[in-house]
Amino acid sequence: MEPSHKRGLTAIDGALALIAILLIIQMWLLTATLESFLAGHREAALPSAIASGVLALACLGLYLFVRGVDREERKR
Amino acid sequence: MKRDPLWREELSIFSADEKYVNRRQFAKFLVLTSAGMFVGNLWILVKSWLTKTPVYPLRSIAKLGEIPVGGSKLFNYPTAADPCILVRTGETELAAFSQKCTHLSCAVYYKHEGNRFECPCHEGYFAAKDGRVLQGPPQRPLPRILLQQKGDELFAVGIDLGEA
Repeated sequence: MEPSHKRGLTAIDGALALIAILLIIQMWLLTATLESFLAGHREAALPSAIASGVLALACLGLYLFVRGVDREERKR
Repeated sequence: MKRDPLWREELSIFSADEKYVNRRQFAKFLVLTSAGMFVGNLWILVKSWLTKTPVYPLRSIAKLGEIPVGGSKLFNYPTAADPCILVRTGETELAAFSQKCTHLSCAVYYKHEGNRFECPCHEGYFAAKDGRVLQGPPQRPLPRILLQQKGDELFAVGIDLGEA
């Protein structure tokens, strides 16, 4: 395996791990917000939705990074 | 060794390749799940904006004399679809709660021996005094029905959802 190819794979694996971590945080955020909403506390819904949106955008950014690295590696 | 059926041999589909998920596909799946989580949060936000502050009616639920100490009575409040339970834990101590377990909405029942409400589905216990969770999977206390006593008659006047 070429060193550049190996570096690309490591970068993709790292990005995947980061996406998984962000997803776990989002899952926690969703369950916590739902519990809070059902308990009659509506004030947490807006900041939680904003945070979830930011996390989703971060995941999308990482996916685009993975796609970019993947394309570069395939061109070689 | 078991052979593949004839149609599999004749069709140029490599089943091993079909099952193979590459990193890019997996990343796409994770991102779509992330988008789903965001949509879930948005749904809660919209729901919290659309839900109006409820107005609870004043409703007679029981006569004081009809419930013995350690006894309970079922009623519905604020609508017919909301089962509630009224308990008399002492001579002058009365408390009423929603009968729906805050875990998965099974009906809780009053156990005088432990002075608690028990959910038979997943063994969630709630204190009869204030509805707080004693054990089990529920995360939230039982919603408390606010009571008002006028002479010998008991009225439900509202609902306190309790602390989160």
